[in-house]
Amino acid sequence: MNIIANPNKLRGFERSIKVENVSRRDIVKGLGIAGAFVLAAPLTSRPALAAYETGAGKMPHGVVVDPRVFVSIAPDGMVTIIAHRSEMGTGVRTSLPLIVAEEMEADWSRVHVQQAPGDEAKYGNQDTDGSRSTRHYLLPMRQIGACARTMLEAAAAKRWGVPATEVKAANHEVVHNASGRKIGFGELAADAAKEPVPNIDGLKLKDPKDFRYLGKGEVSIVDLRDITTGTARYGADVRLPGMKYAVIARPPVTGGKLVSFDGSEAMKVPGVEKVMEVKGWPWPSKFQPLGGVAVIARNTGAAIKGRDALKLIWDDGANGKYDSVSYRTELEAAARKPGLVVRKEGDVDAALKGADKVVVGEYYLPHLAHVSMEPPVAVANVKGDKAEIWAPVQSPGGTHEDVAKTLGIPVENVTVNVTLLGGGFGRKSKCDFALEAALLSKELGAPVKVQWTREDDVRHDFLHTVSVERIEAGLDKNGKVIAWRHRSVAPSIASTFAAGAVHQAPFELGMGLIDMPFEIANIQCENPEAAAHTRIGWFRSVSNIPRAFAVQSMVGEIAHATNRDQKEMLLELIGSPRIVNLSSVKDPWNYGEPYSSYPIDTARLRKVVELVAEKGEWGRSVPKGHGLGIAVHRSFVSYIATIVEVAVDEKGKLTVPRVDTAIDCGTFVNPERIQSQLEGAAVMGLSLAKYGEITFKDGKVQQKNLDDFPVIRIDESPRVTNVYIVPPGPETPPSGVGEPGVPPFAPALVNAIFAATGKRIRALPIGKQLET
Amino acid sequence: MIKLKINGQEQTWEGDPTLPLLWFIRDEVGLTGTKFGCGEALCGACTVLLDKEAVRSCVTAVSDVAGREVTTIEGLHPTGDHPVQKAWRQANVPQCGFCQAGQIMQAASLLMQNPKPSHDQIREAMSGNICRCGCYQRIENAVHLASTGV
Repeated sequence: MNIIANPNKLRGFERSIKVENVSRRDIVKGLGIAGAFVLAAPLTSRPALAAYETGAGKMPHGVVVDPRVFVSIAPDGMVTIIAHRSEMGTGVRTSLPLIVAEEMEADWSRVHVQQAPGDEAKYGNQDTDGSRSTRHYLLPMRQIGACARTMLEAAAAKRWGVPATEVKAANHEVVHNASGRKIGFGELAADAAKEPVPNIDGLKLKDPKDFRYLGKGEVSIVDLRDITTGTARYGADVRLPGMKYAVIARPPVTGGKLVSFDGSEAMKVPGVEKVMEVKGWPWPSKFQPLGGVAVIARNTGAAIKGRDALKLIWDDGANGKYDSVSYRTELEAAARKPGLVVRKEGDVDAALKGADKVVVGEYYLPHLAHVSMEPPVAVANVKGDKAEIWAPVQSPGGTHEDVAKTLGIPVENVTVNVTLLGGGFGRKSKCDFALEAALLSKELGAPVKVQWTREDDVRHDFLHTVSVERIEAGLDKNGKVIAWRHRSVAPSIASTFAAGAVHQAPFELGMGLIDMPFEIANIQCENPEAAAHTRIGWFRSVSNIPRAFAVQSMVGEIAHATNRDQKEMLLELIGSPRIVNLSSVKDPWNYGEPYSSYPIDTARLRKVVELVAEKGEWGRSVPKGHGLGIAVHRSFVSYIATIVEVAVDEKGKLTVPRVDTAIDCGTFVNPERIQSQLEGAAVMGLSLAKYGEITFKDGKVQQKNLDDFPVIRIDESPRVTNVYIVPPGPETPPSGVGEPGVPPFAPALVNAIFAATGKRIRALPIGKQLET
Repeated sequence: MIKLKINGQEQTWEGDPTLPLLWFIRDEVGLTGTKFGCGEALCGACTVLLDKEAVRSCVTAVSDVAGREVTTIEGLHPTGDHPVQKAWRQANVPQCGFCQAGQIMQAASLLMQNPKPSHDQIREAMSGNICRCGCYQRIENAVHLASTGV
């Protein structure tokens, strides 16, 4: 099978790509705020423009720039702004409405944020993944705010009979300076609604020097108080009258199915009301449920106990032999032979043959589970041909469509209410748990909550892939790298969508393989085949984890082989400040962004290295047993460099006294949340480096909970993580933040371990490899 | 019939006495601030106070707390302004926030028993509570802040 040519086919699934219109009826119905006044009348929505181009318009359902969809003003002046992306901890539910408030001159203390249901025809794309929200929506949200401001100003000018140029919105009111008259937003709302929505092309956006909120980091997340008082509502917290509680026993092997079951013992458990089969789909089937047997009870505890009492017989199917030990050997064998060439510059074979020295690194990175703190959970209430869902989904629009399709009802009859997400990390981009709830509710004729236990979560995840990355670097007599061959072999996420996908999709190849930025004359990237035997999915930063690990570990290995400083070696490999020419790559993907707006700019890459080296005091002397490591990686069109200081004691126990990270994410909204994302990325990076590994035997996941799939706890987390943000140039478009912090951490750590101990870690997790 | 108090209110339970307190609190009483994260006392998301002591409600049977006083995040402070809650907000601790109720209850218990913990003591006492978002640096700072006055 060939590489899948159109990444949107996967990212957007089967949905079409277009900018949708909205109707007034939908707007009014959708907002439904008592006493609120929706801005203006129906018209078509417009795509974003034009100051810089992004890939937003190419996402399923594109972008909707329409104040009537996103903003409403109540007569008392309360401004309601729609958050159409999902909140899983990045702060997006605050940041996007804050952008609108900034441009429309709303006072943030008089803004209410309302979460949009899943409805992409109305709101545009809602897939909260790929570190795209600020990147794709900074400009559209500014335009929405500016439209609303312009309409309010026009209404005030009319009322006063003065030219619109003489009035100005400021802090929730419109002011006529010449006469000193002022009028509040609430009082203007009805008139403003009658104004035409201004043409985006002529919109005047605020001068950034006048920003009150953007770029300042002084606004806390809107859910902060509710989170600290236990009143914030996650998917698990939804309760409906008459709601039943369900847990499901699923096939232990991907692609397996139920042969028979006996629920008689389960029915004896107090509180258990019913045992029933759940429909499953054959593998691969995108995000459709695995099937199995559900236990329905009056509370979750009884359902779990009932499930423990089930007697189940499964047919494991074709993946029943999946074994991580032998699979690793298969991947290694594939990485040592030529594979599909996905980038070729110069003649790498000749250059390697003629090299003075060849440094070879072969790196292994296992499957990872997401283990978001909130395991998958969803509530559904299906009545006849109508369905309402409450779920912590990263894909509200996809869930909306998938529920309709799975139940065989019109999409207009489905409402998907998006709760807060107790973590997502890519797991909750797949709505299988919501589909399970919908199927059960339909059959029971009652509202149902499906709760995944942690064991379910670990055993039935859409796992991060498993990969072998092999790099051969040829050096000339002077130690200059003249040849670079990188083979990356890993089962693809495409395998979750279509049987027989054995090559990586462009969006995976584009994560650190074909976009490798080094200035080397002979480069070849290859992708040998790998078949999947379990469900593979997106995990925070995706294929960038193995690619950054391999490439940046290799930099450390070459530095050692040539007796040079890691940072100097890194800068030499990055080479001259330039825009990397990727014309030799058939589909460079580039995170779906136009290369003109988001090129690989090695000046920016160099800059984060130099910034982190300066602020992180690269080269400082450290105590015995400590070491410093550095790594840099561009992902989600942002540039991030990390320095890790590690301490390894005489027994091989490692701790991390200090982490320094520098990011260039272009124009940004909330530096305080950028900082929190990067602090968190260091912890997640340390988790995956130190412990992260899901293994299979006889087709079954061998781990079950947070004891055998441990993550970093506070007592072993980095003592301090410092974050430095590169101030954006005036024209630098925004880029990703949620994911890019993860990839450079693990290679910086293993480079530090090498500096501390002389031991080179080439396989993750580190586990007991350092123990003596 | 089992009787217990949750946040000062008397509750009764006539069902399975081995039902984990977590599910009694969440599904039967309807207080959803206390979270389910692992079911095995590994993550601390379900932490509540039994008198002053932090316990994992996911492995505590309802029968184990018969006649006892349980405090959940909803009952920690009448207006949500316990020093730990205030410190959490001042330090902008949460990302997704799901583990935070458990973290806050654990921190409140720590400060009842040790009003001025060192940073090492904070890290040790909070090590049973996992935050997958990785807010640990801020948790440590917030507990310290709560101990020194907000």
